[in-house]
Amino acid sequence: MENSISKEKICQPENLVYSKTPLMTCNPLSYCPGCGHGTAHRMIMEVIEELNMQAETIGVAPVGCSVLAYDFLDIDMQQAAHGRAPAVATGIKRLMPNKLVFTYQGDGDLAAIGTGETLHACNRGENICIFFVNNGIYGMTGGQMAPTTLPNMKTSTSPFGRDAASTGQPLKITELVAMLPGTSYVTRQSVHTPANVRKTKKAIEKAFQCQLEKKGLAFVEIVSNCNSGWKMTPLDSNKWMEENMFPFFPLGDIKVPK
Amino acid sequence: MKEIRLMKGNEAIAEGAIRAGCDGYFGYPITPQSEVLEYLMENRPEERTGMFVLQAESEIASIHMVYGGAACGKRVMTSSSSPGISLMQEGISFMAGTELPCLLLNVVRGGPGLGTIQPSQSDYFQAVKGGGHGDYKMIVLAPASVQEMYDFAKLGFELAFKYRIQVMILSDGAIGQMMEKVVLDEQLPRITDEEIKKKYPWATTGKTPDRERNIITSLDLDPVRQEKINIHLQEKFKKIAENEVRLEKLMCDDAEYLFVAYGSSARVCQKAMQLGRDKGIKVGLLRPITLFPFPYEEIKRLSSQVKGIQCVEMSAGQMIEDVKLGANGKVPVEHFGRLGGIIPAPDEVLNVLIKNFIKN
Ligand SMILES: Cc1ncc(C[n+]2csc(CCOP(=O)(O)OP(=O)(O)O)c2C)c(N)n1
Ligand code: SF4
Repeated sequence: MENSISKEKICQPENLVYSKTPLMTCNPLSYCPGCGHGTAHRMIMEVIEELNMQAETIGVAPVGCSVLAYDFLDIDMQQAAHGRAPAVATGIKRLMPNKLVFTYQGDGDLAAIGTGETLHACNRGENICIFFVNNGIYGMTGGQMAPTTLPNMKTSTSPFGRDAASTGQPLKITELVAMLPGTSYVTRQSVHTPANVRKTKKAIEKAFQCQLEKKGLAFVEIVSNCNSGWKMTPLDSNKWMEENMFPFFPLGDIKVPK
Repeated sequence: MKEIRLMKGNEAIAEGAIRAGCDGYFGYPITPQSEVLEYLMENRPEERTGMFVLQAESEIASIHMVYGGAACGKRVMTSSSSPGISLMQEGISFMAGTELPCLLLNVVRGGPGLGTIQPSQSDYFQAVKGGGHGDYKMIVLAPASVQEMYDFAKLGFELAFKYRIQVMILSDGAIGQMMEKVVLDEQLPRITDEEIKKKYPWATTGKTPDRERNIITSLDLDPVRQEKINIHLQEKFKKIAENEVRLEKLMCDDAEYLFVAYGSSARVCQKAMQLGRDKGIKVGLLRPITLFPFPYEEIKRLSSQVKGIQCVEMSAGQMIEDVKLGANGKVPVEHFGRLGGIIPAPDEVLNVLIKNFIKN
């Protein structure tokens, strides 16, 4: 048929409104469809590209679903042991002070096993950026309880809901690091709507700017979904996140750079 | 004229590292090795060579800071004593898996647990057989003097970068704390970032358009590829075993009996050997300097010459397993050790050798 729509007709340069960020590789993402990790990756890479800093950037990804981040980000990367990315990044930045150094960590990684490294890197005011993806659960290992799991939330290790009386309240580590004089910029964002994605990108820009100006550690939390671990559709998970996560983890800047 | 100084073992290795062109040190205080960090802080290597020194929040953080720096091609080190080295094992295993060169110092104290701050050699298995998870080895150097503490900093970095491997200096509280005269070398220059890019193309120095991105990882979920990685590591360890054995032999040519001991115990055995020779007993000493690779061949050779091998260790008997592998049943091999931080006395050691091999 004359007027039929074909792929060839659509894929014309004049119709191109969105394309892969050059600093993302061509490897297909390993994340579950609907997961926020991929969007968070892309925003970081867009900013590095706009800063023209590919050759100056070293990233660190510890274990968690984003352990394979190095497959997707076209920059030099180090894989780190569970929880130790801030120490690894400290080693890099102190010996390569002119490099742009960041870590990309999950909530289990950053707020459970790696709490010590996180707090001390923040307290020393390491000139690095920490991107902290908080999905309230251990995604990679199959949906176990994290320190950020909400009270009564069901996970595979809290099958009847998190019992805050015995396991504690969710750890607001972002508020905690904001209290430390070594942090320059502390913010909490999300990537579940286009408007939030734009805000997150701005936050990432600001974080890298703090590092370039040697202002101390810039900490960007991204509250995100784990639709697989939460056992929801992507849409439901985003709705659940808005209704349940955001009241506990309110979005916005917690500490702004001086 | 060479510069000579009276130094503690712990200070000597710190000075040795600075002069060998070390780029960074990360460590956490623990007796009996805190002098390493203290010496570095006091001597301001940042002003002397630009070497960076940081007191980390734990040994876990220290080893992962070392990882980050080493992955950038820098000469990085940490030091600790037994409990701290136990904490580092995951990080060391990650460095083995990623083939990152580094220098590690264990000034061993007695265990298990918090044990004692007195010297011991009870971490041999941990250092030589692989204390962390996975099939890996480190090069292990055993200094027996303050001079060797100094020398092994430079040697350690050379070997670490030659093979992309972790080099551990397995010392003990006695060698770390005692003072001896040390002959110092000239200051070597630190490596420049340009040299790193040329010499270590694997290092994460920032992806430039002329190369693919560099990835430092020990992860590969594909069993076929992971097996290949492991085979590659094993081949490297084999090459090291073939080429890097270091040992010292004293009075072995006519020996009928042999002491085998490393580090502080070797110093004790050297004295015991002299006491034995004074009594007309033909006893020699073999001192392994590398514990991995272990001098199996030399022990095998001497096993067809001597009537008995007396191992002396400040442990319940760890190195003796390797000595027995070398001797392979050709000659009786006996262990003598003191535990809990006690250093055996030379006459005590000689009497054991006499009782085990001569009086019977
Ligand atoms: C020392 C150690 N303990 C446990 C694990 C197993 N492990 C891998 S990832 C992970 C949790 C990751 O959760 P999170 O950091 O929240 O990241 P997510 O997968 O949710 O993105 C755990 C427990 C490990 N790799 N290493
Ligand atoms: S398990 Fe969860 S965090 Fe991991 S990729 Fe899937 S949705 Fe994302």
